[in-house]
Amino acid sequence: MARAVSSRAKVGYTVAAWIVALLIFFPILYTIITSLKSEQEAIAGFDLIPSFTLESFRAVQTQNDYWKPFTNSVILSLGSTLLALIVAIPAAWAMAFSPTKRTKDILMWMLSTKMMPAVAVLVPIYLIFLRTGLMDTRIGLTVMLMLINLPIVVWMLYTYFREIPGEILEAARMDGATLRDEIVHVLTPMAVPGIASTLLLNVILAWNEAFWTIQLTTTNAAPLSAFIASFSSPQGLFWAKLSAASVLAIAPILILGWFSQKQLVRGLTFGAVK
Amino acid sequence: MGRITLENVTKRFGDVEVIPPLNLDINDGEFVVFVGPSGCGKSTLLRLIAGLEDTSGGRILIDGQDATSTPPAKRGLAMVFQSYALYPHMSVRKNIAFPMRMAGVPQDEQDRRIESAAKALNLTNYLDRKPGQLSGGQRQRVAIGRAIVREPSAFLFDEPLSNLDAALRVGMRLEISELHNRLETTMIYVTHDQVEAMTMADKIVVLQAGRIEQVGSPMELYRAPRNLFVAGFIGSPRMNLIDGPAAAEYDATTIGVRPEHIAVSGTEGKWKGRIGVSEHLGSDTFFYVEDTGLAETITVRAGGDIDLHHGDTVWLSPDIAQMHRFDANGDRIA
Ligand SMILES: Nc1ncnc2c1ncn2[C@@H]1O[C@H](COP(=O)(O)OP(=O)(O)OP(=O)(O)O)[C@@H](O)[C@H]1O
Ligand SMILES: [Mg+2]
Repeated sequence: MARAVSSRAKVGYTVAAWIVALLIFFPILYTIITSLKSEQEAIAGFDLIPSFTLESFRAVQTQNDYWKPFTNSVILSLGSTLLALIVAIPAAWAMAFSPTKRTKDILMWMLSTKMMPAVAVLVPIYLIFLRTGLMDTRIGLTVMLMLINLPIVVWMLYTYFREIPGEILEAARMDGATLRDEIVHVLTPMAVPGIASTLLLNVILAWNEAFWTIQLTTTNAAPLSAFIASFSSPQGLFWAKLSAASVLAIAPILILGWFSQKQLVRGLTFGAVK
Repeated sequence: MGRITLENVTKRFGDVEVIPPLNLDINDGEFVVFVGPSGCGKSTLLRLIAGLEDTSGGRILIDGQDATSTPPAKRGLAMVFQSYALYPHMSVRKNIAFPMRMAGVPQDEQDRRIESAAKALNLTNYLDRKPGQLSGGQRQRVAIGRAIVREPSAFLFDEPLSNLDAALRVGMRLEISELHNRLETTMIYVTHDQVEAMTMADKIVVLQAGRIEQVGSPMELYRAPRNLFVAGFIGSPRMNLIDGPAAAEYDATTIGVRPEHIAVSGTEGKWKGRIGVSEHLGSDTFFYVEDTGLAETITVRAGGDIDLHHGDTVWLSPDIAQMHRFDANGDRIA
């Protein structure tokens, strides 16, 4: 009896999980479907069966160059992530292994900057970019994205480093390890999985960043998120083309995400589960 | 060699003095157990010896050499932690090899020592597993193996068995004692389990609030506790401590009588009471006798076949020759 109930519950949960997953995935699915429609079909109304035409993709390719924003996206997301790691690893390390009374406050303060709406600082940053000639440059945007994601990167790394038990480092010290041995043979191997998931998650965050990339670029440094946006404004809305552009923009990151699922889940749960 | 001397060693965390100036001599080859209630500074003292904490004052000598500011890696001591502290990313073999790798021991010598440690600790079949794939007892053996192979001048154990279940704990206790007999290396062992202390130690150090209450062999502490604290701490079930007129009768503020030194009778004796709880262990019976007008309950150990039960009235007679007397300061009256 108990078994019957539990297996029925299991079916229930499975169905519920699929429904939720489909609901979450539906916008992406519908984008893909729409990208395979013609413009007329796309505005005709809700329809799940497209005519499987590739005309929008071709149009997107010829109207705008896909490869330039793609290259920009790769450079910006990887560049900003690497920069963020270079700054955040020592910071998180210090906070995790030799905390002071203020460590918690500093962490909260860092996180609090993420609670502020980005528009609030748009004007000053816009002006700084204008005056310093950083507007529409890859370097400017890379630094910007790095700064935006830095609090999250520090937090994630901090949580990972905190998981490394102090006694293991003490054991290494007792075992005759020098500071260098400790870092090379014990700390780094234990920290690498955490760093890897932080890296992946941050690449995705940077890839999808749309507010600053749209505000601070025009053509030169514009990544894929700006590329999508360029299809929505001037000559009115073109749903099919917009969808095709979106599909092209999210495809690389979707593939990356697919292959690194395990690391990503670890990253998304912020080190809460082992 | 593993002779360790503490001279006026002090430890403060901020303003809190956890260890007031403390002196202790540990001889080569001795098995010394630190016992005391939780928070009394046992771990802190061990970590000071290990070098994992800096002293706030005093000197630590290892084999006559001042090691007070020697880093842990250079002290030649090995430590086994309560949490095992194995390297999770290394196989058992690599874990055990790690200290030798750090010391630059040649590969064939490493292999030889790993083989012999694994054999002694029943780990031969697990050498290629990761610590995560082992049981608690096996992990603890790996931690001990890692300590053995470097041939330290002394072993430091911080409650190594407290994460194991009771049966395993007894087994590991014996293994560690055997290890000590075989290696004859100094061992310092922290526990708050007094059975471990009594059975394993050559010398027990009883600590309270960072101070040494008494140092001595298990039987010395058992037979002649220097004060009320040691009297109450060593022995299980604990000694009966009785104040008031009953104690004054023997010219003491407090008298102490161990449960096995009280005779029980259903008909006559010195103190009259009523049996509350009785625990029949087969070989022994423990009676918790109430309403004696002395202490709250008096614990008595009797033989296994005695036929007395809850609610029975009994008479108790202490063995005066085995009675401990304490003065108003709680110190033993000779
Ligand atoms: N890093 C620290 N900072 C401040 N106080 C500490 C620190 N480490 C220990 N203490 C304090 O020192 C005292 C002794 O701690 P210690 O860990 O040595 O106790 P213990 O005898 O090992 O206890 P247990 O049996 O619970 O392990 C405790 O009161 C503890 O709160
Ligand atoms: Mg402790």
